[in-house]
Amino acid sequence: MKKNALKEIVTGFASLLTGMRITLAQFFKPPVTVNYPRQSLKMPARYRGHITFVRDQETGKSLCIACKSCQKACPSDCIVVEGVKREGEKRKSVTDFKLDFTKCSLCGSCVEVCPVDALEFSKHYNLASTNKEKFVVIDLVKDLEKRGK
Amino acid sequence: MSIPEPFRLASFVVGIMAFVGLNAAYLVWVERKGAGRFQRRPGPTEVGYAGLLQPIADAVKLMTKQVIVPPGADATLFRLAPVLIMTPAMMCFTVLPFGETLTATDINLGLLMIFALGSINVMAIMLGGWSSRNKYAIISSARVVSQNVAYEIPMLLTVVTMLMVTGSANLNQIVQQQAGAFWNWNLFNLAANPLMPVTFVIFFICMLAETNRAPFDMAEAESELVAGAFTEYAGMGFGVFFMAEYANIVVGCSLATVLFFGGWQSPIGVLPGVWWFLLKLYLLIFTVVWIRWTFPRTQFYGLLNLSWKILIPVSLATVVSTAAVMKVF
Repeated sequence: MKKNALKEIVTGFASLLTGMRITLAQFFKPPVTVNYPRQSLKMPARYRGHITFVRDQETGKSLCIACKSCQKACPSDCIVVEGVKREGEKRKSVTDFKLDFTKCSLCGSCVEVCPVDALEFSKHYNLASTNKEKFVVIDLVKDLEKRGK
Repeated sequence: MSIPEPFRLASFVVGIMAFVGLNAAYLVWVERKGAGRFQRRPGPTEVGYAGLLQPIADAVKLMTKQVIVPPGADATLFRLAPVLIMTPAMMCFTVLPFGETLTATDINLGLLMIFALGSINVMAIMLGGWSSRNKYAIISSARVVSQNVAYEIPMLLTVVTMLMVTGSANLNQIVQQQAGAFWNWNLFNLAANPLMPVTFVIFFICMLAETNRAPFDMAEAESELVAGAFTEYAGMGFGVFFMAEYANIVVGCSLATVLFFGGWQSPIGVLPGVWWFLLKLYLLIFTVVWIRWTFPRTQFYGLLNLSWKILIPVSLATVVSTAAVMKVF
């Protein structure tokens, strides 16, 4: 038997009580978790979901001028852009912007290269599907129209 | 008011079974809710209000599952083990004094009977592990036996202390001796034994170890050893073991209430009755849950060392000090 065995028992027991006091203090505090499917946290500003159009606050349309810089910048070739020059408008406007999200690595080159800042990362993170087609073609023009409604 | 004996018996049998069943079911809920609160999460919330229907969902799930007897297992013993663990746990309730007149059988050796039945528990777990023909189950049941043998000794030594102090093994009499306000409880009976609170702490620790509760849950150690001795049990076979664990906790906490906290006596001297018993019982059960979610599981050597090197000498000291006080004064 060690010399200070009795002291060890007493201090050991006291430390157990300290532990219990700490957990009891936690017991009466509110939960820190988020009840996920019912509530969710706001995604942080730098979160990268798939890219999406920036909505022009005045016209509700895309700022995109169909310059195809993003299409060229994309290292994975997952962007296809088409646009037309409409009568009376200075710039071209986008008619078709398709993203192949199965290839995209979210590198952000398209967002960086865009001369009119028409692209941004979305905050969508709940993407799930049993069908691959849903992500092979993500139509950003339709997506923007849907958001406008 | 006197009720004819057969009706009294039948109502006690039904009452005890309902009490054990409800406690087993809802202590699981208390355990999960408590675990949630201690870890700052909400706990079960989905089934019913605040997850209150969760135990029913669990029971339905367990009952719809097939009870599989593994090939090569000793089928008779394998099926007998859950029965053997549940029956003694329920039988212990027959002598517990819930209230002044609410005892199924008021026998003189109630305390002895509870410990006699309580020791069957070990054999049932061992049988369950042994008969399931699974090496993990056998290893774990060997651990259970050595753990329970180690903790039976300090537990019984504290009970010997209590027997010396109270001079009775009749649980109802023990409660009656503690009538009046809380300073008459055995826990504060320092005149009879200056080490009384220590005796209670030893009793409580041994109770945790005997019922295989955390931090002494080496029998299950669900995060390391599959489910210990219950590895091969499926469906309600496992469910019964699970229920028996909670039934044993209720028995252990009831016994602590009776021996140390004055049973159904009121702490302020008014309105003694069954609610005081239940209140003290559930406070102790809450402490059991509280301990489970505070301390990590001990190592097996640590567990045996604690019993043989600390608890047994200290409980012997309480026996000696009680004897000395009795002899001198």
